[in-house]
Amino acid sequence: MTPRAESKHPEIGAGAAPAGAAETAGAFGLDADPILFSDSLRMDFGGLTALDQVSLTVERGSITALIGPNGAGKTTFFNCVTGIYKPGSGSIFFLPEKEKRISLGGLRPHKAAQLGIGRTFQNIRLFNTLTVLENVLIGCHARMRAGLWGALFRDRKTMEEERRMTDLSYAILERYGLQARVNDPAGSLPYGEQRRLEIARALASGPSLLLLDEPAAGLNNQETLELADLIRHIRRDEKLSVLLIEHDMSLVMNVSERINVLDYGRLIASGTPEEIRKNPDVVRAYLGEDADDLG
Amino acid sequence: MPEKDGKDPTGAPLRRPREKGRGKKILLSILRPLKAGLWLSLVAFPLVTFKFEAETRQAHFLPERIPLLLLICFGAAVAFDGLGWLKKAFGPGKRAGGILESPPEGLNRPRLSWVNRLLKSRFFKPASGVLLIFLAVLPFISSPYGVNVYITALIYITLGLGLNIVVGVSGLLNLGYVAFYAVGAYTYAILNAQFGLSFWVCLPLGALSATLLGFILGLPLLRVSGDYLAIVTLGFGEITRLVLTNIAITNGPRGIANIPPPSLFGFDLNQSVKPFLLKLGLIHSRTDLDKVLIYLIILMAAILTVAAVHRLENSRLGRAWLALREDETACQAVGVNRAGAKLTAFTLGSTWAGLAGVVFASQISFINPQSFTFMQSVMILSIVVLGGMGSIPGVVCGAVILILLPEYLRFFADYRMLLFGLLMVVMMVFRPEGLIKSARYQHIYRAPKAGEGDPSDSASGK
Ligand SMILES: Nc1ncnc2c1ncn2[C@@H]1O[C@H](COP(=O)(O)OP(=O)(O)OP(=O)(O)O)[C@@H](O)[C@H]1O
Ligand SMILES: [Mg+2]
Repeated sequence: MTPRAESKHPEIGAGAAPAGAAETAGAFGLDADPILFSDSLRMDFGGLTALDQVSLTVERGSITALIGPNGAGKTTFFNCVTGIYKPGSGSIFFLPEKEKRISLGGLRPHKAAQLGIGRTFQNIRLFNTLTVLENVLIGCHARMRAGLWGALFRDRKTMEEERRMTDLSYAILERYGLQARVNDPAGSLPYGEQRRLEIARALASGPSLLLLDEPAAGLNNQETLELADLIRHIRRDEKLSVLLIEHDMSLVMNVSERINVLDYGRLIASGTPEEIRKNPDVVRAYLGEDADDLG
Repeated sequence: MPEKDGKDPTGAPLRRPREKGRGKKILLSILRPLKAGLWLSLVAFPLVTFKFEAETRQAHFLPERIPLLLLICFGAAVAFDGLGWLKKAFGPGKRAGGILESPPEGLNRPRLSWVNRLLKSRFFKPASGVLLIFLAVLPFISSPYGVNVYITALIYITLGLGLNIVVGVSGLLNLGYVAFYAVGAYTYAILNAQFGLSFWVCLPLGALSATLLGFILGLPLLRVSGDYLAIVTLGFGEITRLVLTNIAITNGPRGIANIPPPSLFGFDLNQSVKPFLLKLGLIHSRTDLDKVLIYLIILMAAILTVAAVHRLENSRLGRAWLALREDETACQAVGVNRAGAKLTAFTLGSTWAGLAGVVFASQISFINPQSFTFMQSVMILSIVVLGGMGSIPGVVCGAVILILLPEYLRFFADYRMLLFGLLMVVMMVFRPEGLIKSARYQHIYRAPKAGEGDPSDSASGK
């Protein structure tokens, strides 16, 4: 992005990590400066233990992956972080700033979003009949203030805010190559663009932590390569941290600095892509007979 | 654009596969309604062919009814099947140009529906001015009966737009909307009878009490959604009616009579103003000025409602409601307080019902619980559904059609409900999105860069 656009829209990346944090990503020492960590997190569904004593950390400014076979509990972890599920026991902490530690356990979903946790969904959840621009504008909801009075009487402050947010949304769409689609119903976009729009909507709230749930699902090879670039760009431009669930190993190995592996709700490994690639537990549990993928 | 010409789409692609499966398909399409008819007649058999006499406690078998039974059951099955076939052939979704087809690259021209194009054309302002003048003059040149019908239509426009906030915009199926209408009407009736408060004082009070009730009833509703919400609101509507029937202050089922029409600055219009206007030759001798005033009041209210709902729809609050309708989980994930959005929509929607209720009470001057039955809720809901969920022009058209048409099609009076039902079924088959589909706000390029589409091409935004 051009610097001009950045200064025009200071809201993008508001509440993000202090400047410089993103640059040091990847070079951190263990547990140096987490933006999110869970401690002995447990989640049961009836008799099924979806998460079992999960303690994992997302470093500030990093791209961290969460992988594991189907039904391992990855999406459940996201849902616990974003308040959709209330964890049975254990705790999750979110640190929008270094000294500010907020417990996420049992927080209502919109509160988590307002704190700066943006997310996408495994099966795309857009506001299908609304336009692309409106989808992103709704993404800005948390940073807008207008209420009933402003809606009915359209005072100067409201209109000013409305204009600012429309500009911001438009800039985000432009940045992610969707500007030609602003007036189309979101449901009418091709699959790949819907994925991108969902990310754009999540970014509109200016999150400091972005949770991506299988963003490459349904994309072809070319699109997956573009997605890897996109994720790196987002991390740099929006100055945020990314936690990524993904089955596509090439993408995971390509973009992430740390990888956490879940299997049957347990965290069985955690480390750099190199370490994960060599970890015998992971090879056995996650890849089974098809161990070639890691090499 | 393939979707532009209406002729080419359905026929060709549908008929092409002329393979081995075809005969089987035809056989199936004959067997399917027959099977349904058989089931239907089996189920209905004991109901139709046995007559049970309460005194003698005996059942009589009436074999002569069997042919009639078979005729009705198989007829209904075939008709329904035909409807499904018609829908497949002509209904939405089957036209060429699937929804995933992308528009020409780089072109961001807002695609406007015909209503929107009308609203945005340069004739719109003068035309609406003329329409407004016509609407304002209308009661003076119409018969008292006509004025009454127009008032009713405008009341239902207001009700429809209010319910549209709840059902159309926010996606909360409210089957007890009539309760708030009743509260508005009774607020005026009771406050006037007990304390002599005037129409003008009661108008905001009626709206306020309906809002308050909406808020209180809305609180428990936060815990339910979907079908459960519909059932709970249905219950609320019935409870409200039963309460009105059974407490003393509402005078029970006998209702409250002699509710005065609104006055203008304390004048009795028909006594003091009418002779004067008559002398000037401005009005007809039969014109009831009280009704004219009510007409003008509700006309104003309806226009203000249109403006308010339009503004709400394109605001932060309205977008939160729309997001709630589209996806309850995703809206929370972007920071929308789901409970808050639900509660404001439910509460605010009730306001207009209260307002309309006060006007209704002043119009007919006598209300009892029978004016506020479930059928009223259904009627208002039908207006929203028929007109188009979330579409303001749609709801206005829906109200006009459902209220005015029956008045002018008196000779159909006996078949009114039948036609009504038929209309709804046909609508659901052919145009489930309603008469006028809701159109969303269209954005225009603010500062387009060279080479990215043509800015002069895009239609105006608002
Ligand atoms: N709401 C729920 N109720 C009951 N069981 C659930 C619920 N959500 C998830 N589960 C179960 O918890 C386990 C973990 O599910 P989860 O969706 O987290 O898996 P996942 O790792 O995201 O898998 P996938 O890669 O297939 O998306 C699964 O066995 C699933 O069936
Ligand atoms: Mg999952």
